[in-house]
Amino acid sequence: MSVAVEQRDDSAALAPVLGGAVWRHGLIAAAAWIVAALVTVALPDVVPWGSRDLFAGSLLAGAAVLAVLAFLIGRVGRLSSWLVRYGPWFIALGVWFALWELITAKFGWLPKPFFSPPHGLLHVYVVDWQRLLICIAYTARLWSIGFAGGIVLGFVGGVALGWSKSFAYWGMPILKLIGPVPASAWIPATFFLFPTTFQASIFLVALASGIPVAILTASGINTVNRAYYDVARTLGADNRFLVLRVAIPAALPNVFVGLFMGLYYSFAVLVVAEMLGAKYGLGWYLQFQTAYSAYANVYAALVVMALICSGLVKLLFLVRDRLLGWQKGVVQW
Amino acid sequence: MVTPVAGTAPQPAAGFAVDFRGVSHRYDLDGRPLPVLQQIDLTVQPGEFLALLGPSGCGKSTLLRLAAGLEKPVAGEAQADGAAISGPDPSRVLVFQDPTLFPWRSVRDNVAVGPQARGILAASQKRIDDALRLVKLDAFASAFPHQLSGGMAQRAALARALVNDPRLLLLDEPLGRLDSLTRLTMQEELLSLWRQARYTVILVTHDVEEALLLSQRIVVLTERPARVKAEVVVDLPYPRRRDDPRIVARRQEILETLGFSS
Repeated sequence: MSVAVEQRDDSAALAPVLGGAVWRHGLIAAAAWIVAALVTVALPDVVPWGSRDLFAGSLLAGAAVLAVLAFLIGRVGRLSSWLVRYGPWFIALGVWFALWELITAKFGWLPKPFFSPPHGLLHVYVVDWQRLLICIAYTARLWSIGFAGGIVLGFVGGVALGWSKSFAYWGMPILKLIGPVPASAWIPATFFLFPTTFQASIFLVALASGIPVAILTASGINTVNRAYYDVARTLGADNRFLVLRVAIPAALPNVFVGLFMGLYYSFAVLVVAEMLGAKYGLGWYLQFQTAYSAYANVYAALVVMALICSGLVKLLFLVRDRLLGWQKGVVQW
Repeated sequence: MVTPVAGTAPQPAAGFAVDFRGVSHRYDLDGRPLPVLQQIDLTVQPGEFLALLGPSGCGKSTLLRLAAGLEKPVAGEAQADGAAISGPDPSRVLVFQDPTLFPWRSVRDNVAVGPQARGILAASQKRIDDALRLVKLDAFASAFPHQLSGGMAQRAALARALVNDPRLLLLDEPLGRLDSLTRLTMQEELLSLWRQARYTVILVTHDVEEALLLSQRIVVLTERPARVKAEVVVDLPYPRRRDDPRIVARRQEILETLGFSS
């Protein structure tokens, strides 16, 4: 009981920590990272994974940075609130690295070819960074062409479908029929229909990202409050103004829902397409390394993909907050 | 109390004369015709402040939509200065019960819609600022609509209409959603704006007292389909007091016309 009370006092005491004293969580995290480094070097590996000392050194460097930050917490400006917020995460990371080392490299509890210790992943980046970079570049090229093309076409098509009755008459039934089919179902057909697998892959990514954008843009434009058009028309607006400056901004919240859906679908189909017929790319890398049972490489590529995909999602959130700042609750005073 | 916009409007355009000539209109309701207006004959003098009173849903707003040019009557004709009204035009502006501000535009950008739509945005910057000052929203120019109170939003909608120098201002229960105190202030403001600029006003309202305090003539409409039932001329000087015995007497008269005999 008293322990619980004390802990609550501790978390409440975070604020004075900012005032010039030390960042306690930072010190604990530094200790945890040092322990992880000791575990890594002090105990022998069941099989050699490489880059063991580099990993331990990185942990120690990280621990040093954390310790320095713990004492300078009052002087790092806006960074400090972020550090304080994620303090427990830094501790957990240190603990997790130590445990991960123990159950894989040190005791070998997990079946060997399928699991790699953290320094095994690091070794992949050290040894195979060139190939990984090339794969990232290939994936980025495929994704950006496909996604950009898909959302532009989807947006323009959605505006046309939402605005023009004749477009909607001919287009909506087709979109409703094709829309629900998962883009990956098109794979067999597209590899026939397009001269190169690269073009087929671009088509698949564009399809996956374009269809939700088209559907949500169309429905957004359909549901625009008619009174906005009346107001704009009495103030002298022509059709161009009504589309560009009334319908589209009013539908933008829906468009962004479509963009988020399209973004997730595009990642899904991107990797599948790369696994099937690409020469390079992260999907190909996963496939290729799995075939060689190089699971450390697979995990290393997965980590890269996680960072890239979540970074792109974050980026889209930033764009949305910027464009839709007028919405209630999003505006920061 | 309201700063005049005169400095920017070289010559305040005279109000439109509005004529409804045998106007009938109907809507389609689930495939069946729903007559809303029947043989309306009504003339509004240039610069007149006319109020339309009538039971709710009788077609008052439809009359405004016809005058704004948002719809064409099924029969008859609506005219402005003798010319048939065939479409919307910034010289005839409608202000709705809901302010209907564009939520993605700041207050200033909302007021700028008219000039922007007509391609004269660059030349209208000063007019936009003046219109904002006129409705006392200059301090809120960069606010977004969801940050405004009901009265402020309606004032912004008014500025958005007035920045176009309308010759006919169509007010569709513009104060209907406001609390009673804001409403009183806004009534005074509407009146003083009109007395400076002298555009023609047609005000649709449910509030007999509001009609009596603001307008020079009140037209009472019947139940749907609406026809003109009675006309009351309010030839009293401004500002009027709601406890003026002449106002009270006319209020009684109108309420009886509407079927309330209290």
